[in-house]
This record gives sequence, C-alpha cells and structure tokens, in this order.
Amino acid sequence: MTAQAPDIRSVRARRTFWENAKRTLASAPFSAWFGMVIILIYAICAIFAPWIAPYGEADVVGKAYLPASAEFWLGTDQIGRDLFSRLIYGARNTIGIALITTMLSFLVGGTLGVLTALMRGWLDQGVSRIVDAFLAIPVLIFSLMLLAVFGKVQFFMEHRWVLLVIILGLLDSTRVFRLARATAMNVVVMDYVESAKLRGENMRWIIFREVLPNILPPLITEFGLRFCFVFLTISALSFLGVGMQPPTADWGSMLAENKTLINFPAVGFPWIRKPFYPAIAIALLTVAINFVVDWVLHKTSGLRDEH
Amino acid sequence: MSTDNKRVKGETVLEIRDLKIEGNSDGVWHPIVKGVDVTLKRGEVLGLIGESGAGKSTIGLAAMGFARPGCRIVGGTIMFDGIDLRKASEAQKRDLWGSRIAYVAQSAAAAFNPAHTLIDQTVETAVRHGIMTREQAEADARDLYKRLQLPKPDTIGDRFPHQVSGGQLQRAMTAMAMACRPDLIIFDEPTTALDVTTQVEVLAAMRDIVEQFNTAAIYITHDLAVVAQMADRIMVLLRGKEVEQAPTRQMLKQPTQDYTKTLWAVRKLAKEESISDDIALRVHNVDASYGGMVKVLDNVTVQLPRGRTVAVVGESGSGKSTLARAITGLLPPMKGEVYFNGKPLPKALKDRDKDTLRRIQMIYQSADTSLNPRQTIRDLIGRPIEFYHGIKGAACDRAVAELLDAIELNESYIDRLPGELSGGQKQRISIARALAAKPEIIICDEVTSALDQIVQEEILTLLMKLQKETNVSYLFITHDIATVRAISDEIVVMHQGKVVQQGPKTKVLNPPYPAYTELLLSSVPEMDPDWLTNLLAKRAKGKVKA
Repeated sequence: MTAQAPDIRSVRARRTFWENAKRTLASAPFSAWFGMVIILIYAICAIFAPWIAPYGEADVVGKAYLPASAEFWLGTDQIGRDLFSRLIYGARNTIGIALITTMLSFLVGGTLGVLTALMRGWLDQGVSRIVDAFLAIPVLIFSLMLLAVFGKVQFFMEHRWVLLVIILGLLDSTRVFRLARATAMNVVVMDYVESAKLRGENMRWIIFREVLPNILPPLITEFGLRFCFVFLTISALSFLGVGMQPPTADWGSMLAENKTLINFPAVGFPWIRKPFYPAIAIALLTVAINFVVDWVLHKTSGLRDEH
Repeated sequence: MSTDNKRVKGETVLEIRDLKIEGNSDGVWHPIVKGVDVTLKRGEVLGLIGESGAGKSTIGLAAMGFARPGCRIVGGTIMFDGIDLRKASEAQKRDLWGSRIAYVAQSAAAAFNPAHTLIDQTVETAVRHGIMTREQAEADARDLYKRLQLPKPDTIGDRFPHQVSGGQLQRAMTAMAMACRPDLIIFDEPTTALDVTTQVEVLAAMRDIVEQFNTAAIYITHDLAVVAQMADRIMVLLRGKEVEQAPTRQMLKQPTQDYTKTLWAVRKLAKEESISDDIALRVHNVDASYGGMVKVLDNVTVQLPRGRTVAVVGESGSGKSTLARAITGLLPPMKGEVYFNGKPLPKALKDRDKDTLRRIQMIYQSADTSLNPRQTIRDLIGRPIEFYHGIKGAACDRAVAELLDAIELNESYIDRLPGELSGGQKQRISIARALAAKPEIIICDEVTSALDQIVQEEILTLLMKLQKETNVSYLFITHDIATVRAISDEIVVMHQGKVVQQGPKTKVLNPPYPAYTELLLSSVPEMDPDWLTNLLAKRAKGKVKA
C-alpha cells in the first residue's frame, strides 16, 4: 500500500465485490466445488429449460414406457412424454417454486425476527407465541390441511403454485423467524447498535446495515438448508398428488406417475429404473446444497479453529 | 505418581528450554514464541509481563504442556519435575493437569459452570483424581475458603457462581486450583477484570496461599504494579522473545533494556489541571433506575466545563456507566434534569433532534463491540459525516482521510475492516467516528481499560491533543486512577450511585479525603514491591483501632 501525494487527496476506491468473491472461491475445498458445479448445472437447466430440453414439457412424443434410446435419452413415461425433457422442466418448476418460497419465508421471518429482537416488549411476546403455536404443528400435515381448504378458491385453482408458495413460505418463515431472532438477539446488544441509535439512525438502517450483515452467515446457511427442506416438501406434496398438478412437470409427481415401474427391471443402459431419475435429481441437489452450506458454515463460524 | 511429593523450597520444578510455538492464521503458521527459557523453583513466583501478543499466555499454557487450538509447540523442551511434557501422552498430562499443575484464568465467571455449586466444582478434580474422598475434599475446600478469606467459608460453597461477587469467584477459583495442592499454578491475568478495591483482597489471598504451600507459580499480567507485589522474579517479553529477566526489586530499580524502561515510564504521564467556569453540561439532581426499586443513580449532580476533562471514577456498580446512559438519553432519568449549554435536554433519546445528538458523542470501552465488524473504516467514519453534515461521495472520503490523519493513521486504512486492525488502532477509529460528528462533548466509557499500557498512553495523548485542537469536553469514565491522574482537570468520585466528591484533580487526589475516596486511592497498586504488605499492615492496624 503506497501513500498517495497529499495534495491530490483522491482516495483509493473500494475493493469490489468480485475481488472479494474471487479470494473466497480460491479457498473452496473439492466438496464445495462439486456442490457449486451441480447447483450451477441445475440452475442452467432451470433457466434455459425450453432451449435445452429436446421435447416440450407436456408433449406426447412416443409410446408409453419406452426404454432409454438415442431418441428418448431416458425413455418415455406412462403416456409417452419424454422423461429427459420433463426432468429438465421439472428442475425449472420445482427449483423455481422452492426458491420463491424460501425467499418469501426469509423476507417475512427474517425481518420479523430482527425487528422483534430490536423492539422486544409486547411485539416480541406476541409474535413469538404465535410462532410457537405454529411450530407445534407438523408442516406436512398443516400444509395438507391448508391446501385442502384454500385449494377450492378460484384464483388458486388456476395458479396452484401461488398457493403452494404462500402456504409453505409462511409455514417455513416461523423457523426462519426463530433463527433470525436468536442470532439477532446477540447482535442487538452490541455497542455498535447502541451507537447507531445514539446517532439517531432509523429502524431501517439499524436492521439492514447494522444487524443484518452480522447475522448473514447463519442466515445464508439456513437459506440453503431451508431451500432443501422446502423443495423436499413440495416434492412430497406433489408425490401425494396435492402439490403441482399435471401436466406440469415436477419431480415429486413424476416419481408418483412412474412408481409402478419400480417393479420392473431396467432395460439397457444405464440400468436405472425410471422412478429413480426424479429421485436422483432430488437427492443430488440436496447433497450438493449441503456440501456448499457446510463449506460456508465452516468458513463463517469458528469451526475451522478446532482441529 | 512415583515422584516424591515433598516440597523442598528452592528445588527446580519447571524447566523450559528454547521453547518455540507457532500459531496458525488463515492456513499459515507464524512463530508466536521464539525460543524462550524459563526456570522455576518451588515457592517461587515468576511474573511474565508484556503487551498483548507478546506470548505471555501461550508460554503459560505451554508450561502445562498445552497448546491452544490453532497453536503448536514446534521446538524446545518442557520439563516438569522430571517429566518431559512434550513427550508425555495425553493421558499422562490429564493426570497432571488439575492435580499437580493448575490454571487460574482471567475470567472466573466464564471458567465456572453456572449449573453447579462452588464446592462441587472445587472438589471435582481432587475426587476425580482419587486424591481425596468427597468428604475429605469438602472439608479441605472449606479450609481453603477460610484461608482465602472468603466470607462464611462453611456455607459459601453451597452457592452458585452467580450468587457471589466477581472477587469472591476469583478467590473460589484459586481455591479450586489449590484443591490438589499442585506443584505449579499458572495465574493468567487473574485480577484484570476486578475493581481495584477487590483486587487488593484477591492479590493478598493468592500471595498468601502460594507462600503457605510453597507452590511455584507463573503470574501473567500486563499490570506492572500488580506483578511487583506478586512476583519474586520478573520476565519481560516482547513479540515472543525475552527482553530481560531479573529479581523484582532489581528489575524495578534499574531495568537494563530500553523496552523495559519505556514500560516503566508509561505511568508517569500527567497533565496540568486547568479550571473553567464555562459549563457545557450539567447533570442536576438526577435519579435513575432500571425499572426496579433500586436507584442506580441517586441524586447525582455533575458539571462538565467546556474544553476540559472530568473523570468519573468508582468501582463497577457505582453507576458510572448509568450516568452516561442518563446523559445520552438511553435511560431517561426518573428525576432531575440534564442541562446542555444551559438548556434542559429532552429526557428520552427519541425526543432529541439530530443536531443535539450530534453534539454529544460516545466512545465505548471495547472497540470490538462498538465498531460494526462488517463495515469498513470508510463506512464507519463516513457515516456520521454523511448523516450529520450531508457530505457524500468523494468529499466524504476526503473528510474520512483527514480524520484518519488526525488520529495518526493514514488513508491506506480506509478499506480495512475492524478485524484487520490492532486494539489500539480500533480505538483510534472509534475516536475518529466520534470526532466526525464535530461534537461538543465526548463521553469516554473506560476507553483505555482494554488496552496495553503503552497503547493506553498513546490513546490518552491523542485524546489530549484532539482536545486542544477542537476544544471538546470529555466526560471520562474510568476505574483506573493512573489514567485519571494523566488526563483529568476535575474528578468525580462515585460510590453506590451517589457522588462522593467532585472537585479539581489536585484537591480530590490529596488529603483530606472522604473515607471512600481514601479506600479507593489506597487500593491502587503502586510500583513498590512492599506496597501490598504495607497496605495490609496499615489496614489491619486501622481495624484493630476501630
């Protein structure tokens, strides 16, 4: 670092986001790289599905239950749709909805969590007790009930994914709220928060500039894990037939549609029974996210100091 | 254990040769301790002194054959009573730890398990190592409590850690360390977190018990006056190397090395007092409490003249920090007024306008908690400039760079995060942040107590320089009388929420004293190895008379 001539007084620019990102990525272990590559592939599939997939999402292109071939890479499903294409579209639907859901839960849960930690008092008591009540009910059963109740509303019948996002997002936000509040509790007692209050800063500055950056590492890891859970839940609901509705491609419902094939041996390369393809897609993404989350957790917590 | 447990005074119990330790930061190993020799005989107390980062604690732990996570011992030998601790197995070391080598940590509050009573924790090692039965151990613990002059030694053991005071807890921890009558005790800054009045008792108790049992001890501290009372021999460390080593009296009288001389000179910083009648801030008959019945501030009146420094002294719990909270509006007073430039301030923080807030700034004890670790220096110092003065972008950056010059750093620091700075530098940033608002009053809450003495002096000198340049008033909250001597014009002595005395420095620091001021002043350790002995003798005499 060289001192600049005093008469110019131009101050060196900030270290950019990309410089920081490059430094961080350079230190990532293999498992994290593996996870990131897998996630990247999924993301590309999800975003560019119409261009990548050889056939349309709901097009019947061949006979039912065709085995894997050069024409249909993974074969066809029970009414003759291309399984490979549906897997790719499934990435778009499942991941997209899970992502929106997780973001909604973090927006609601995170903001409320930090706010209650800052304000304490009756707001904290009220919100916390409501959240406790919600946490006492198993998510899957509760969401089944809510889907049954609101599924009859005209708007939701046309846009089922909106209902899924709202229900799962709000149910999940209770868990995010708990974490955000607990971590924010440790930060709001810090002198720098008091210092910002003394300066006369408003609530928005204190939440987003003083508190949030300091609880971000646990929240980011939680985001990854919650995303996994949300998308497993969506798959589970779809498997049960109350999530995404046909003909929309979704890994959970694809699993359900092809489940009878589990009884038949796989024919030819790659010798994997059809119901396993969507299952593998689900499992692989979950594992990949966990790898990345592990690395982030390791980097941001004191864990690395223990041999 | 096969070794003879007779305690012969003068027999060598610990011998460390050419100790080398490395620490890991971000995957790179750096030397922390670079070849240090330590020899310790039974009944001898060795004082290790030096700034933070000198390797004092690391050496202390190495004397137990232990390296903290992230550290490794790479060279040298550690012989404890004929056992090579570097070659000893984990099981062997576990056998020694607690029973023959004990460790007393800085924060007793953090070292005790809050879920168990004191006596359970005191006897645990002795019982676990099979040295005594539980009944014997408990009787012995009560005996130790008595020797350490804990109140109600027969029943205090049944209390939980939160039910005794900090000083008592520190003594209980010493009892815990003594439970197995170890050959070697390592005291790692055991009184740093205590008030001076409490410190005297703890020091006396520790010195006594070490003498009674002929225990060898390593006493780690950065407080020279304390080490002068405790140690027979002093070793000065600087960046992992020994600077010099000598018997205490000789070391105090004639240090040979320049570094040691600078350490000794620190305590001589002083300022001519000057009195002013131009009152910037007046706290008038203020009562305050944290929601309960107990008044934390009781009818407190304090005046702060413009451009001067008023030091508020007292032990913890005396209401010093609460006074700061009442002035800043964080804790609105129940009674009384705070006048600022002659006009009453709105009591609650939210009723004050931006310009009033700007004029009263605060600097905290720990820069680690008062600087947001996720904001760069540019943001930390730039924010008040932007917020109060509306200066943005490049002009704001220039102002930040000017402030960095004022606090004797330079603009190359502008993009660093607080974690990349040393303790003293961080505190400078806190000062710059307060200055950025162009305040009339800065409340300094124990701003130097977390720093090394050399750094303390630098910070105090900087504060005085800035006062001259900007005519800002300081309300300086501290428990350290040396600091008070160094920088104050007036002194306020507080005790249990009341003002005992307010007046010019020379008047408060010289007799006649009110009783509490005398107790407080006499408890401040001096660089005289006989100070503690004399003080105890004087106090014992006083008690007999009374």
